[in-house]
Amino acid sequence: MIITNTIVEKHGLKPDEYLKINEILNREPNLLELGIFSAMWNEHCSYKSSRIHLKNLPTKGKQVIQGPGENAGVIDIGDDDAIIFKIESHNHPSYIEPYQGAATGVGGILRDVFTMGARPIALLNSIHFGSPDYPKTKTLLNGVVSGIGGYGNCIGIPTVAGETKFNSTYNENILVNAMAVGHAKKDKIFYSKAKGINKSVVYVGSKTGRDGIHGASMASAEFDENSEDKKPTVQVGDPFTEKLLMEACLELMKDKSIISIQDMGAAGLTSSSVEMASKGDLGIELNLDRVPCREEGMTPYEMMLSESQERMLIVLEDNKEKEAKKIFEKWDLDFVIIGKTTNTNNLILKFNSKIVGKIPIEALASKAPLYDRKWTKRKLPAKKINIKDLKKVKLEYALMKILSSPNESNKSWVTEQFDQMVMTDTAQRSGADAAIIRIHKKEKAIAVTVDSSANYCKAHPLTGGKQIVCESWRNLISVGAKPIAITNCLNFGNPENPNVMGEFVECLQGIKEACEFLDYPVVSGNVSFYNGTNKKNIDPTPVIGGVGLILESKNKINHLLKKKENIILQVGKTFGHLYQSLFFKDIYSITEGPPPEINLSNEKNNGETVLKLINYKLIASAHDISSGGLILALSEMCLSSGFGLKIERPSKLSNLMEYYFGEDQGRYLLEVEPENLQKAKKILNENNIFNETVATVQDNNFEILGELKININELYKTNNKWYNNY
Amino acid sequence: MNSSIIVFPGSNCDRDIAVALEKSKFKNTMVWHKDMNLPKSDLIVIPGGFSYGDYLRAGAIAAKSNILSEVIKAADKGCLVLGICNGFQILTETGLLKGVLLRNKSLKFLGKDIYVKAINTSNKFCNKYKQDQVLKFNIAHNEGNYFTNSDHLKKLEDKNLIPFKYCDEQGSIKEENNPNGSLNSIAGIFNDKKNILGMMPHPERTVDKMISGDDGVKLFTSLLN
Repeated sequence: MIITNTIVEKHGLKPDEYLKINEILNREPNLLELGIFSAMWNEHCSYKSSRIHLKNLPTKGKQVIQGPGENAGVIDIGDDDAIIFKIESHNHPSYIEPYQGAATGVGGILRDVFTMGARPIALLNSIHFGSPDYPKTKTLLNGVVSGIGGYGNCIGIPTVAGETKFNSTYNENILVNAMAVGHAKKDKIFYSKAKGINKSVVYVGSKTGRDGIHGASMASAEFDENSEDKKPTVQVGDPFTEKLLMEACLELMKDKSIISIQDMGAAGLTSSSVEMASKGDLGIELNLDRVPCREEGMTPYEMMLSESQERMLIVLEDNKEKEAKKIFEKWDLDFVIIGKTTNTNNLILKFNSKIVGKIPIEALASKAPLYDRKWTKRKLPAKKINIKDLKKVKLEYALMKILSSPNESNKSWVTEQFDQMVMTDTAQRSGADAAIIRIHKKEKAIAVTVDSSANYCKAHPLTGGKQIVCESWRNLISVGAKPIAITNCLNFGNPENPNVMGEFVECLQGIKEACEFLDYPVVSGNVSFYNGTNKKNIDPTPVIGGVGLILESKNKINHLLKKKENIILQVGKTFGHLYQSLFFKDIYSITEGPPPEINLSNEKNNGETVLKLINYKLIASAHDISSGGLILALSEMCLSSGFGLKIERPSKLSNLMEYYFGEDQGRYLLEVEPENLQKAKKILNENNIFNETVATVQDNNFEILGELKININELYKTNNKWYNNY
Repeated sequence: MNSSIIVFPGSNCDRDIAVALEKSKFKNTMVWHKDMNLPKSDLIVIPGGFSYGDYLRAGAIAAKSNILSEVIKAADKGCLVLGICNGFQILTETGLLKGVLLRNKSLKFLGKDIYVKAINTSNKFCNKYKQDQVLKFNIAHNEGNYFTNSDHLKKLEDKNLIPFKYCDEQGSIKEENNPNGSLNSIAGIFNDKKNILGMMPHPERTVDKMISGDDGVKLFTSLLN
């Protein structure tokens, strides 16, 4: 078959990339080889636009065992325990086929975690849909939520936290990011680097079918009006098989038979075999006649590019085949030796006793294209609005409007479709600042959260990047956890557009600065470019998954008010920043202006001191103040607990709306028993942290003297109606 | 007391129930579905999960497995059998319990805390609960909507074969507190001899105050009586 320009283009390769392939091979590739290059050189697998920027991120730390570059990141949580976690996107497949797209997103990220030897203990998700009145949104929401639930519930891993957001920027390109967290013994962590020559390469798991061929290339292109035609590139998930595969792998891992193990995710058999060989500086030879196939007559091209789910590649120690095979047979899974490691540094593919493909490994890995794309810097937008010029609204109207909005409404319609309790270690479920998972049969627990702030990132990417890291950090502090490390999922538009590339570079710079300052390193992540349709790019949406440690589970805390007469202390100062706030957006449709400023040293000081207060047991409940400002945070404490609050008016003469709805950063609300108030204030003052009493816990009413008085039931009804009426 | 937990491919609450049983000092054995022999047990538990992926119909394939014929034999001899969630579905598929579990009325998976009322406490499984005690349990299922014919339903009510009904926090049994559409708000049923209990809520998820309350503990300690 002659490779024409059209074939090259269909494989998502640029003409100069094709020339480079010819140069490397010293000949024209055949179709199989072209397919393999296309699978390895696409944006999704090669990170060709992002690599030079990602290397700036802080990835090391006292507690980091493994940073980016493996299937997932690994952190040390003391004793012999390690936590393994990662977040990944499945945006494009989920838009084309929401149930399967979302389900296989969960399946893929779970494999990344158990491949490394961890038993998954928690799932999280960050899902972003278009405007609720956009015709496709309802179907997508239904499909994605039931797909996430369908996979996690069946395999038996609790889905414990997440965020569900709506914004017209995602009308034609939704975001589905899934995060998995696992627990492993420190001395039982498995890596993808192959070692030794003539070792058996074993295929385990499901059979290979024709689904998902070129999935990774699809995920590396913008959508257009023909996107529906891409349905066959979406994989179909089978959580039941994944459960078997997980148990079989974990059983095999008890022994010392695995040299290297890699899941077949994006670009399937191709990327898994290349990755193992490339990391081990080896060659690999596969006999494709042996690949277990679901359908008859599958070609080498289809086998190498299929993204059928629930498959793994393992390099085994000598003489371990028999025992290993027994385990997989017990779980009714395929176990076939399909090849061996070699010292040729080539990927060699045999079919019908002939060599059908031969590519130097380094051509697919280290020699993959690398671009330093043009990018433009974003200026901080000016502040042009005077609040006094805006039409006056009542505080109560604004609060109720925000509380009943799709983005702020109670999400139990979503979370009740997830099993949050299986494994019976979920000490805090979704709805709090972070979820808490106890380490099985131990005192300690981890806290986990996912966060994003696309509007801040759009307004000023550098500040937005810092803000999400801080938000993640605050959420962990608010449940009593010490933040340890993050994983990030960087969802952006077309990197060939300098504005989009600028958003990426500057968000990343913001993430880097905040992570460095807070000693909150990045241990894993994923970049998803080309989120957009017909040249319209989504708003930059980096999503941060944070993990923190609680040494003694009994020190955990949440944001539920506990007792009448308790005092609510606000930590951190209110300046009244309304640009990019929910208040401006939901009440006035104003989306201009800068995001709130981030002061990293205040963040650190405030957070560390709050954590100290929690550990001293001076705090009854805690909550971070984020979007919606002080009043929304206060209302959330009431909604979750059923208690009311008597709220103070601002002590200084300032605009009420700025005071209650301003989204200044670095702030927390702490519920303190009256007898602990002086002690708590003393510690805050000693650390030079601004603090003031803002409310007192009472029964029944959410109340600001002279401004509003709302019964908690009314507040609850307002907050709970949107999903049920949608 | 000796207990056995039957593990199918796709079971996912087997570890949870083992932890709960061990907390109540049961001597427990995990029994793989391919095993031909059942160890000597006073209690057999069929755990929740998605046995065989719930393909064909929830519980249908597990009901035909080797080990289930052993379970049926033991149950006939009076051994105590507890089926939770998927275990309840499997018990109805084997015919050890009558009736079926249909899709939830919302046609959605439902994972949440609910309340049940202890209706019958004079049996091996519930004797530590007070009559009409309201308990907080967790449910997580797609098919928990119990249905049976009217003769059988009458018999269940008349012979007091319904240990748990869904209710609200105050114990009021009304349709609006019925999460999945079950007939008469049924959350669990006995066979005639009351040695077999099938229930949709997961008592093993509430054996630890730190996690989600401990209303499930007494179900396990009742069995020791």
